[in-house]
Amino acid sequence: MLVTEKNALTIEIEDLTKRFGNQRESLLPILQEVQLKHGHISDFAQQEIARLLDIHPVEVYGVVTFFSFLSTEPKGRFIVRLCQTISCDLAGKEAIAHTLEKELGIKFGETTQDKKFTLEYCNCIGMCDQGPALLINEQVFTKVTPSKVIDILKKFN
Amino acid sequence: MPILNKLVIFDEQNINDSLKKALSIEPKDVVMEVRESGLKGRGGAGFPTGTKWMLASSANSKQKYVVCNADEGEPGTFKDRVLLDEYTKLVFEGMVIGGYAIGANKGFLYLRGEYRYLLDKLNSYLEQMRKENRLGNNILGTNFSFDIEIRLGSGAYVCGEESALIESLEGHRGEARNRPPFPVNTGYLGSPTIVNNVETFASVHIIIAKGAEWYSKHGTSKSTGTKLLSISGDCKKPGVYEVPFGITINEILKLVEAENTKAVQVGGASGTCIPKAEFERSISFEDISTGGSVIIFNETRSMLHILENFMEFFVEESCGQCTPCRIGNVKLLDGLKKIRKGECSLSYIHELIELGKSMQIASKCGLGQSSPNPFISIMTHFENEIFSQR
Amino acid sequence: MEKTQQSNRAPVSHQPLKVEKGNLGEIGSLVEVEINGIPYKVPIGTTILEACRMHNIHIPTLCYHEDLCLAGVCRVCVVEVDGMRVLPTSCTFPITNRIKVKTSSEKVRKARRHILDLLLSEHYGECYSCHRNGNCELQRLAKEYGVDSYKFGHVTERKHSIDKSSYSVIRDMDKCILCKRCVRTCIDLQEVGVLEATQRGDKTTISTFLDKPLADVICINCGQCINRCPTAALKANDPSDDIWAAIDDPDKHVVIQTAPSPRAGIGEEFGCEPGTSMTYKLNTALRMIGFDGIFDTNFTADLTIMEEGTELLLRLKKKLVDGDDSVKLPQFTSCSPGWIKFIEHFYPEHLDYLSSCKSPQQMFGSVIKTFYAQEKNIDPSKIVTVALMPCSAKKFECNRPEMTDSGFKDVDYGLTTREMAQMIREAGLNLPELQNSGFDEPFGDTGSGLIFGATGGVMESALRTAYELVTGRPVPFDNLQIIPCRGFEGVKEASVLLENVKPEWSFLEGVNLKFMIAHGTANAKKVMDALVRGELNDVHFVEIMACPGGCIGGGGQPIPTSPEIRQKRAELIYKEAEDLEINKSFENPTIKYIYEKFLTDGPCGHKSHELLHTHYVKRGKYID
Repeated sequence: MLVTEKNALTIEIEDLTKRFGNQRESLLPILQEVQLKHGHISDFAQQEIARLLDIHPVEVYGVVTFFSFLSTEPKGRFIVRLCQTISCDLAGKEAIAHTLEKELGIKFGETTQDKKFTLEYCNCIGMCDQGPALLINEQVFTKVTPSKVIDILKKFN
Repeated sequence: MPILNKLVIFDEQNINDSLKKALSIEPKDVVMEVRESGLKGRGGAGFPTGTKWMLASSANSKQKYVVCNADEGEPGTFKDRVLLDEYTKLVFEGMVIGGYAIGANKGFLYLRGEYRYLLDKLNSYLEQMRKENRLGNNILGTNFSFDIEIRLGSGAYVCGEESALIESLEGHRGEARNRPPFPVNTGYLGSPTIVNNVETFASVHIIIAKGAEWYSKHGTSKSTGTKLLSISGDCKKPGVYEVPFGITINEILKLVEAENTKAVQVGGASGTCIPKAEFERSISFEDISTGGSVIIFNETRSMLHILENFMEFFVEESCGQCTPCRIGNVKLLDGLKKIRKGECSLSYIHELIELGKSMQIASKCGLGQSSPNPFISIMTHFENEIFSQR
Repeated sequence: MEKTQQSNRAPVSHQPLKVEKGNLGEIGSLVEVEINGIPYKVPIGTTILEACRMHNIHIPTLCYHEDLCLAGVCRVCVVEVDGMRVLPTSCTFPITNRIKVKTSSEKVRKARRHILDLLLSEHYGECYSCHRNGNCELQRLAKEYGVDSYKFGHVTERKHSIDKSSYSVIRDMDKCILCKRCVRTCIDLQEVGVLEATQRGDKTTISTFLDKPLADVICINCGQCINRCPTAALKANDPSDDIWAAIDDPDKHVVIQTAPSPRAGIGEEFGCEPGTSMTYKLNTALRMIGFDGIFDTNFTADLTIMEEGTELLLRLKKKLVDGDDSVKLPQFTSCSPGWIKFIEHFYPEHLDYLSSCKSPQQMFGSVIKTFYAQEKNIDPSKIVTVALMPCSAKKFECNRPEMTDSGFKDVDYGLTTREMAQMIREAGLNLPELQNSGFDEPFGDTGSGLIFGATGGVMESALRTAYELVTGRPVPFDNLQIIPCRGFEGVKEASVLLENVKPEWSFLEGVNLKFMIAHGTANAKKVMDALVRGELNDVHFVEIMACPGGCIGGGGQPIPTSPEIRQKRAELIYKEAEDLEINKSFENPTIKYIYEKFLTDGPCGHKSHELLHTHYVKRGKYID
């Protein structure tokens, strides 16, 4: 990471501590903001957060790796999360999974070459009466059909 | 999507100015009202809400907290999403009433990360409440101050467990705590904290509006009031329904127009699987209890596949700290995989059921204590079907 | 009895219940509890496990450890409590009202057995080729519960690679049972913060920041995690194969220096009670194994006192006589390599406060390959120096690139107490049954250096010398035992007034020599934070040991460790010291000799600086 990038990140995190506080309780909101803006929480970011919150970097790492929506590695700009839990499964998630893999040209767990889409499974997102359902970043898509997949993906540039 | 079925508790007419009413009586009388209503937690655990509030209110501490558990992660549960979206007033004002009752000035709404799309709407609502003096300093002209902060989850089912939720609020991994001490004595940052489900707070709102006596007339003697069920699976009309406690499975199936039903999973992945022979049983804390999830399986569905789906869920979502849950769930899932390969004997399955029984009593939190439930109930009721599948 | 400092980082539910006035009745009042049908009375707030241990009722445990905050994760210690559906863990459950407990009912036995079967199904147990064979808590439990089959399968292949990157600590995650003792040790007890649980569910692993090898993170090598690990997931980096090779090589002259703490602890490896002295039997064993020279580290402990004591007086002179305010006071001891790495990482801007003296081990290495080699006419390139230490960090220390002042690697190998015991066993010897024999001349023993092993020992030693040098009188304490230096309190503070001093030390007349003693890096942190805040301006000398209890609790000492065991080892150290004739460093004849013949420009002179002093590295906390 360039020095200028590091400085900018430090200032950003310092601002976040001003907004959320610099106590341990502020950890999760700060991590979520960094994740939102940068798509991941880098080594440097984790250490800066640890320094400003006065906790150990490995504790930050332990929290980041615990939660499914936080990541230490950069992923695609748009993360497609397909619900694999039983109601969506019974409603036809397999077909959607197939279509997504074909359309994006990647397998689940991978990111497209142009770093645009990452494809993942997730567990129940609370749309069980309208399955199959998926999340793309925060947007929820319900009653997805194979043909709708193409339209949905088009929305993301 | 609105709540379907005839609204009883959640009828528009029952939504009054409970906040004003609550603030006009003593906090201990608010607690008393909730106690007398017989309200039990609506998240799944079913702990008497009045007792929880009484313990928290009598705890000696300057700082106390109210937490609304909107981490709705139990598979098949989506009723809280609807409540937050369309009955926001009930939920937030219920929290304020809770704060008043126990003597807290700060509340958190712990909103699961998957419901992030609701965040802006909910924050705007809070802003509106502040403008109307229904939140913030000196609410409605009294000397009671209370404010609410929304905190997001980040994709961990286990954070729906109250002590794991508190841990994640404190900036730790979402690992459940040792209990005792309980959150009502030692909760968020060591202070007395009540953690209640979205539907519980909403119910409190109505109890204050219409009175405990009116409320307790609904339902059964041990399960007062009504329950929101989120019904999905093989049925024509999935959705959120308000039903009276004591309703039978058969009645539910009729309501949602389900046909050729083989089994009904009540209580989500951590609930029990009810076979056809038991469809006359009822939803209540004394019979089949649930946080609201009802998933319907018809005759075409493979019970082995369903069970695998549940166990995969638990293997991934376990926080991983205690031995029985972390490794036990893996063993249960491995048993199912062995069945698929035709390598599993019935006696080994019975060993696994015994393991499940140990997990139910030796695990550190509710996740590990209930993850064997689907394994035990599905294996017990559908042994023949599962073993004939190769 | 030592009270371990428990960090406030541990969540409240992991700390023992605080009984406050009013919430649970009077503090100290008794509550009745029925265990296995028999009623007992215990103080309110006692956990079920504590209550059982008070009355000799056995409950097996795994993740519980007396030194650490509570975890309640292994679930082995579960018991049945009347009226509860679930089985609570006895280690965390406080008794606040009358309950009935069953410690081995059918449910409990079944649950415990299941838990064991689960642990064994994920543990890469290759007991025959494991260094903890015979001293493994999982093995012990399996035997206790009569495990005779792998009910849920067994691991036959490794999933992880062993982390051998560090000179001191090796991690083998295939053996880890996730009891989290290492995490609680590193984060809560030592406040270093290198290990933590990562990932979730069945993927949960104890790991470092970004899963980096241990050598690349801020591990200080104190090895406290090794002492508390119940299995072989953690171990020290064992050089005994190389040492055997050197001993077997007729061309090599292999000398060993033994420190007091291993001598106080090694008996435990042979079944003796903690606190049984093995000093002179050890010499016999070492001779029989084939070491060419057996020396007492206490010699260089005395040398360290001479150098460090002089250094302190010089700093004081600079400040009080020359008025030089840039002089760094208080002076911090520098003999604990775990502490050195700690300050290099966490307080890199304050390295100048450290004494520039090497540790006794390293001083010995330089002295052996120069002075000793000359005196005995041995080619120093053929000398192999081995240090028997209670310490895992000393393996890192002897490999520090600057530790080559003799022209060779000053100390070739650091060997822990446990590894030494293993070599003795390999040689077919039963240590407790051997005869006593002495050390080799000229490096005999004194009682002053011996007390280095306990926390406060360096300070006491230094004061005995410094006080007498300055005033001409011995320290005003009975038998020279400076009691304020002794004991296990985390941070000790005391002072001794220098009055009626000798004329050449007149600038110290009336100075209240204030000193502090801290052990365990959590307490070191307290002291350093106070320093940073400018609160230590009137303190002159600080002794810091990285390990709780001092060296007797070092990372290379026999396993298990507990407050009681460390207490007994420390008692032995002080007792052995009493029995020795010379207990002031400057009265040691060899010390007098070495300054006369070799370090001719005296303590802190040019020659000493070349061989016996060192410098430090600003490491900082940031990891690339």
